[in-house]
Amino acid sequence: MSKLNSLAISENGFIFKPSTGESFVTNEIGLFIIQLLKSGKKADEIIQEIIKDFEVDNLTAGKDLYEFLDFLKKENMTD
Amino acid sequence: MSKKIYERPILRKVVEGIPNKFGSLKRLRPISKIDDVEIDSIMDTYGSPVFIISENTIRNTYRSAYRAFATRYPKVQFAWSYKTNYLDAVCRIFHQEGAWAEVVSGFEYEKAIDNNISGNKIIFNGPDKSKEDLKIAINNNSLIHIDHFDELNTILELRKELDKQPQVAIRVNMDTGIIPQWDRFGFNYENGEAWNAINRILSSGLMDLIGLHVHVGTYISTSKAYTIAIQKLAELANKTYNRFNTLISYIDVGGGFASQNTLQGAYMPATDTCPSFDDYAHAITSAMNEASFPNNEFPTLILETGRAMIDEAGWLAGTVLANKRLADGRRAMVIDAGINLMFTAFWYDYEIYPLHETSFQSEPTTIYGPLCMNIDVIRKNINFPLLNKDDRFVIKRVGAYTMTQWMQFITYRPNIVMIDANKEVHVIRKKEDKEVFRQQEEIPKHLL
Repeated sequence: MSKLNSLAISENGFIFKPSTGESFVTNEIGLFIIQLLKSGKKADEIIQEIIKDFEVDNLTAGKDLYEFLDFLKKENMTD
Repeated sequence: MSKKIYERPILRKVVEGIPNKFGSLKRLRPISKIDDVEIDSIMDTYGSPVFIISENTIRNTYRSAYRAFATRYPKVQFAWSYKTNYLDAVCRIFHQEGAWAEVVSGFEYEKAIDNNISGNKIIFNGPDKSKEDLKIAINNNSLIHIDHFDELNTILELRKELDKQPQVAIRVNMDTGIIPQWDRFGFNYENGEAWNAINRILSSGLMDLIGLHVHVGTYISTSKAYTIAIQKLAELANKTYNRFNTLISYIDVGGGFASQNTLQGAYMPATDTCPSFDDYAHAITSAMNEASFPNNEFPTLILETGRAMIDEAGWLAGTVLANKRLADGRRAMVIDAGINLMFTAFWYDYEIYPLHETSFQSEPTTIYGPLCMNIDVIRKNINFPLLNKDDRFVIKRVGAYTMTQWMQFITYRPNIVMIDANKEVHVIRKKEDKEVFRQQEEIPKHLL
């Protein structure tokens, strides 16, 4: 099972990581990105999904996405 | 279908431990208007950053301070502390409300005269009064508060060439339980220096000693210090009457009242701990009423309150320049107002609010100013909503000492506007441009 799929994620953004017992919170857009990552989407595709659904430009969405991916990696939530 | 509002994705670890003493974080409510005027419209017209002063708040604060004292003591006079904010428009509001002027330099003295204050309503404080300044002050019958023996001797010398009898008071420093004790100003009470100064003044017969002045410190959050100060001044007034048959006509307790800005490192927010005008008035007027002054006559009580009178009326609106992550992962926000405009950020934890609802999340954030200096920090750590570049914010309670201690460093100083009682906005100090500096600079011929 991938690291992301091992997380317990509630609908309102509460994340539990069973491997360490740690808990996290994320917001609506963070949850949206995690769901897309879990479905196997690549960064470029995720950016397109974000700008389709949210009021944001390509540049900002990309900058924020890569920062968020760094967070996930730092917390050992992605492979 | 309209798109959803975007905010940056966040991931925050839930940390276990003892909850903080204030419970869960309250959401910062945006502030979009000052005195019913849209801050956005002010920024669109006058730029960013921009200082905004509320005339209504100044008048209301003055009136509540005056009411607190005047309802408890028969003779009360406020003097506006110029150094706290000497913009002419601000000074004139205080003068219209009935405040005299309290100045600490020749420059401030000139400003007071230009603001149509008559000489006998100017209190001239401070250690730096030139011979020329003193001459003008004596001729105008201003109240000269002598700071040291050298100044006393200068006045005695000037007296030989002037016809006017100088109207003087002495500044007295003393132990009131406040640390640090401000003993660099005035004459010390405990070691007898103040009594010596009174003897020198009155035995010369060359000036009128009409007042005693004490200033216990700044940002005094305990009103008891004033009680001790007044008891000691009453003691001096009695000794003066017994020996010279001279009545002291006023007691000036200076300023130093705290505002509702929280000092860095304070355990509780100042909004919960700061004494009100009524608390200060109760302590000071009770001491004045209880002290037995000579002949049972009440001297006039003069107050030079600065900070507590103007802090609340000043706002600073600005714009987010950038967001970034620091090396340790903390969030940092860079704004267009730094310590060049708010020197006071070194000791206050200023309250900062977004102008509009942008995000329901907040993150621990360090807020930096725009200067190329590591020390340009406006808030070291604040839970702040996720503002984006170009979003606007407003900083609360910046009326005191910002617009007098600000620096022209790296960039120009911005516009200062005032909202009047009719909600009209006026520029009261124009923003600087290169011409302002060109006027002051001269280039030697060989460099032209």
